[in-house]
Amino acid sequence: MPPLMSSFTRLWVGAAAALTTLTSAWADHGSLLPRSMPKAYVQECASCHTAYPPALLPAASWQRLMGGLKQHYGSDASLDPATVAQLSQWLQANAGTYKRVREGVSEAPPQDRITRSAWFERKHRRIEPAVWALPSVKSAANCAACHGGADQGRYDDDELRFPAGLTQRQRWMWHD
Amino acid sequence: MPTMTFLLRPYAAAAALSRTVLLIAGLALGTAAAWAADTSPAAQQARFTAEGRAPADAERGRVFFTSRQGGEWSCASCHGNPPTAQGKHANTGKLIKPLAPAFNPMAFTDSARVDKWFRRNCNDVLKRECSAGEKADVLAWLNSLKP
Repeated sequence: MPPLMSSFTRLWVGAAAALTTLTSAWADHGSLLPRSMPKAYVQECASCHTAYPPALLPAASWQRLMGGLKQHYGSDASLDPATVAQLSQWLQANAGTYKRVREGVSEAPPQDRITRSAWFERKHRRIEPAVWALPSVKSAANCAACHGGADQGRYDDDELRFPAGLTQRQRWMWHD
Repeated sequence: MPTMTFLLRPYAAAAALSRTVLLIAGLALGTAAAWAADTSPAAQQARFTAEGRAPADAERGRVFFTSRQGGEWSCASCHGNPPTAQGKHANTGKLIKPLAPAFNPMAFTDSARVDKWFRRNCNDVLKRECSAGEKADVLAWLNSLKP
């Protein structure tokens, strides 16, 4: 009886399996935004801040956010009920799919802030307070200050850029 | 049976075509709904002046726009002073298009949008809605800003 696979075939199957593993390891490189985004999300939410991917917060957080738009982190972001319903449905359908949110131990970050999530703080732990305070950054909510692809949902390291006003020393430290 | 399939195909093609037409029509409608373009900055000034039943005053509008009203922000905190160039959200740093109509042809051309942003932003700056007179004054000032 001949062997089920020739050694050559086995090599290729092995390589394909290895590639598949690599591809999932690179999942961070794709866009975190769903393929289709309601116009209202861009108009209503992204007029004041980055179009945050629904993937980055659990469903419970989005539900609370959409229930309290009148007091939205110090701003009135109130909307008509129909738009609230439309956006809530889309957010719920796409919530929490980012792998570190799925793996998260606690259900929701403090104050439902993406920037208070354990994974967010860990990934940004080496950034000095002075960098966050730069006029070109202002706040951790300003993803696009450093993540050039933020508005398209891309946050991988390849697209990082220096925010304006970094000192030479901070530039040196950037890639540590 | 094969003949039946053959006969049904034109209908399927027609259905697909009509779906595409519907989709395109839907997209066009969506865009129209997104920006009503149903008004002009001058018409908005006239509307608030009529509601406020007093002549609008550009200088009063300038002072109102650029001063804090007890809260942390003035209108200028995000829109800039004068709001003839790109503004920047005071919290998030998100860029905001110039508010003065002479520097942004989209400004004050959608009445629902005008109402929505006055409602939200007045609440942020004054912790209340703006009066019609205040809106008329601000419009008078914004409309007076020219390159």
